[in-house]
Amino acid sequence: MTDRKAETLGAILRKNGVSRRGFLKFCTTTASLMALPPSWVPTLALALEQARRPSVIWLSFQECTGCTESLTRSHSPSLESLIFDYISLDYHHTLQVASGTAAEAAREQAMHENAGKYLLVVDGSIPLGNPGYSTIAGISNLQMLKETAKGAAAIVAVGNCAAFGGLPKANPNPTGAVSVSDIITDKPIINVSGCPPIPVVITGVLAHYLTFGKLPELDQYNRPKVFFGTSIHDRCYRRPFYDKGLFASTFDDEGAKKGWCLYKLGCKGPMTYNACATAKWNQGTSWPVESGHGCLGCSEPDFWDAGGFYNALSIPIGDVSRNTAYAGAAGLVLGAAAAGLNRKTKAEAVRNHGKVSIDDLEKPS
Amino acid sequence: MIEPMDFLLWVRGSLFDVAVTVFVIGIIIRFFEILSLGRSKDLAEAKGTEFVPGIKTIITRTLPEQGTFKRQPLTIIAGYVFHVGLLVSLVLFIPHIELFRQTFGFGWPGLPNPIVDAAAVLGIVGLLAALWNRITNPVMKILTDNEDYLVWVLTFLPMITGYLAYHRMVNPYPLILGLHILSIELLMVFFPFTKLMHTFTLFLARWYNGAMSGRRGVES
Amino acid sequence: MTGATLERGINAFKEQINAPVAAFFSSCVSCGICAEACLFYTETGDPKYTPIRKLEPLRRVWEQEYTLVGKIKRLLGFEKPVTDELLEEWRELLYDSCTLCGRCSMVCPVGNDIAYMVRRAREGMVASGNSPVDVQAAAVRAVTIGSPMGIKLKALETQIRNIEADTGLTIPLDVEGADYMALLSSMEVINFPEYIESLARIFKQAGISWTLCSEAFEATNTGIQIGSTDIARELVQRAVDGAEKLRVKYVISPECGHAYTAIRWDGPNLIGRPYKFRVVHILELLDELRANGRIKTRNPTNQCMTFHDPCSIVRKGGVLESPRNLMALVNSNFVEMPDHGKWNWCCGGGGGVSANTDAEELRTQVFRRKKLQLEATGATKLVTACANCRLVIEEGLEAYNMELPIEGLTELVAQHLIEDEIPSGTQDSS
Ligand code: SF4
Ligand code: SF4
Ligand code: SF4
Repeated sequence: MTDRKAETLGAILRKNGVSRRGFLKFCTTTASLMALPPSWVPTLALALEQARRPSVIWLSFQECTGCTESLTRSHSPSLESLIFDYISLDYHHTLQVASGTAAEAAREQAMHENAGKYLLVVDGSIPLGNPGYSTIAGISNLQMLKETAKGAAAIVAVGNCAAFGGLPKANPNPTGAVSVSDIITDKPIINVSGCPPIPVVITGVLAHYLTFGKLPELDQYNRPKVFFGTSIHDRCYRRPFYDKGLFASTFDDEGAKKGWCLYKLGCKGPMTYNACATAKWNQGTSWPVESGHGCLGCSEPDFWDAGGFYNALSIPIGDVSRNTAYAGAAGLVLGAAAAGLNRKTKAEAVRNHGKVSIDDLEKPS
Repeated sequence: MIEPMDFLLWVRGSLFDVAVTVFVIGIIIRFFEILSLGRSKDLAEAKGTEFVPGIKTIITRTLPEQGTFKRQPLTIIAGYVFHVGLLVSLVLFIPHIELFRQTFGFGWPGLPNPIVDAAAVLGIVGLLAALWNRITNPVMKILTDNEDYLVWVLTFLPMITGYLAYHRMVNPYPLILGLHILSIELLMVFFPFTKLMHTFTLFLARWYNGAMSGRRGVES
Repeated sequence: MTGATLERGINAFKEQINAPVAAFFSSCVSCGICAEACLFYTETGDPKYTPIRKLEPLRRVWEQEYTLVGKIKRLLGFEKPVTDELLEEWRELLYDSCTLCGRCSMVCPVGNDIAYMVRRAREGMVASGNSPVDVQAAAVRAVTIGSPMGIKLKALETQIRNIEADTGLTIPLDVEGADYMALLSSMEVINFPEYIESLARIFKQAGISWTLCSEAFEATNTGIQIGSTDIARELVQRAVDGAEKLRVKYVISPECGHAYTAIRWDGPNLIGRPYKFRVVHILELLDELRANGRIKTRNPTNQCMTFHDPCSIVRKGGVLESPRNLMALVNSNFVEMPDHGKWNWCCGGGGGVSANTDAEELRTQVFRRKKLQLEATGATKLVTACANCRLVIEEGLEAYNMELPIEGLTELVAQHLIEDEIPSGTQDSS
């Protein structure tokens, strides 16, 4: 194991029969994803060739395994999968063969051997309500996260749950779920959000880390700007329809058939920052809006609670009709009270009316 | 520091609920306050009717009298441009219509976004012209108090933030969208307690004017 | 009660604020458009005369007493109080510079009836002792003597005797059971007795049974002008009592505009019940007689004439077509003023302004508006239907050195009347 770790990525790729051409293609794709100019491709290739495999520990907490699924279902056999050849995935309880005590031993060994250098990847949120809500080998998620984070060089929070709390945190948040960054504050954290995140985004972030030895530039949510810098709406191919005011009103009307904008059907593309519109899914086959369904905003914090998925973004989250009706009822009561006060004031004035006679026209001197 | 998305969720969530509540309750209170003061029955023999002339005045007062227009074109043009721009962008922009549909259960067709956009620009220009007029026109100057400026700001903010949000001129978008919604919530909260109420009470005022004149056989 | 106090004034403001007033104040957007309708602004250029601004005291009371925000603001000390100084300052605005012409009420984009509010605000001014002294004196004369100009029954009787002697007509006085009872304005008695003669001629020809009432011949009502319901009620009650005592079916309002407002529109509301008779304006009556063929006229002149619409009769009284129909009987070269009919500009002396010497200079200044209107017509004779307008215009023309004869429309109709038997006996019938 230690031997393999010492090998460079270039050597491993050659050993696996990947051509120079194939490798450069990977570099070009990755560079463009990271919004690097083509002149950077050689630099990237050089850096990747010389990169050594870092140890990676992957912890899964309150999650649905969708993030891992997303990663494994990435273009297969893909260049991305090779990433697994050049990182040393020392612990991933879903993917690893070892189980039970052996698995935990592997984690501890990796932590020990690579103290201060390993990369910690987390998917899933951490329940603070009751430690028993989610445990691994009898260790609570919170404890395991704290322990493992201590020696990590950096943490990658993969998926909306790890990045922002995700589905478990959705109202009413029964487990008291929180994100990684709610707990760990003294380590560099990079949020690769999405539900799940796009596979190439995960691999791209790792590539960046390897290439430059540091985290990429992040936005205010600690998301890498290269992938989360523009909104879905700004890159959406249906955008011309939005601009013209042509909207599908149902999923099977003329507008829907003509591929018009899905805003009215609840598309949250305008507020969502993610790479779907450019990177697409399933080997570039399609992406939600292209397949006819609005963006859910899955890379944004609390998107589960951001109003109905099929309500337009302009519709407030609460039940406006109900609020209006309640306020109307309260208004009637308060209005009646205000009316009562006014009538009283006026009745008093009428009662106090001093009849004006011609002797009352002047002020008393 | 509050993050843009939290902010957006907050203004689209609880704050909107608060704003709607204050808005609706406030407006009802205002109407009760006005109507409770009553109007005594007119005992003089009528020369005309009240209802139809009242309704007529509600409609006809929308147009200025010629002489007034000649003497005060800026007031009238700025007023029109701003009101039309505001109304078009408020009620004919599709995202807004979706909100009304959700609230009232029915909607109406909107206008293509570029037209709404142009209307919004007109609205903003009209508002700026109205402000200029308010500052320089001696009659307006003497009438204007702080409330008039407050009302101007409350109207201007949604227009300008809406424009910036639509054109996505501020990053990140949730921030500007949130500010836009916040500015509307401010408007809604202040609405019932300021001159903004004229939006609704002018129907009453015009009706009373038209009805009282109509009863005397005069078209007002 | 003795003496006017601020407290009574504020109480009166509170009484006067009703739903329309509250709706108007709620709606004003300070657009300033009303200023452009008011001759006191257009002719002086002084923004303090902006109509809605004249109501600031009433507006403050409304806000503080009848709105939630105003009550809160008052608790926090943000509300500006209504003081005696304020009301004294506002006397000029509510009296000297407002003729209650109602033109502003026609242009306000939100529909505010500003003149209606000025009339109501005057109640508070009276109760707080801030009405103009001249108008106060007129009110005292009206109540004690029976006419704001101090004219007594004797004066009327003298005029009647003179007319009867000059013309051989009879002017019926106190005829019980007559169909019509005519009211007069003091100015007609003193300055324009031709009006009384004209009535006698026309009614004789039309075969109308009519009378004057010795206990109630005065139609003007200083209570309306000064803005006191109590005084107005007392005055209008006299006319009502007179008419009901004589059991007439109709009371004829004289040409005078505010008298028409008083007897036609305000009276029943002042006495708190509908009348047992109907009120008709003299021009409406003449127009009706014309339409029914009961009076005929001859020889319409082709002198270029124009007509000044008295605000209270046209804009506020709905007598719009009648004067034009009557003008057509007597004149074939009639021209309208620019802004005529319901858009006419006030002579500048309505609403008690002509009785108020404080306002004299201002009134002359704003008369420029009427002067321009008159010049634009090129008319060589001005006809009107209000003794007050007539006097004010005469004075205005004099101040501006303009020559233009003025005549009352009723007199003009009488001049052109075809009479069956003229007292001199030369006129053939049919
Ligand atoms: S489908 Fe969604 S992302 Fe695309 S243009 Fe419409 S609103 Fe924007
Ligand atoms: S009623 Fe006539 S005079 Fe009075 S404020 Fe209005 S326009 Fe001016
Ligand atoms: S025209 Fe009407 S709304 Fe405008 S300032 Fe005058 S009263 Fe107010």
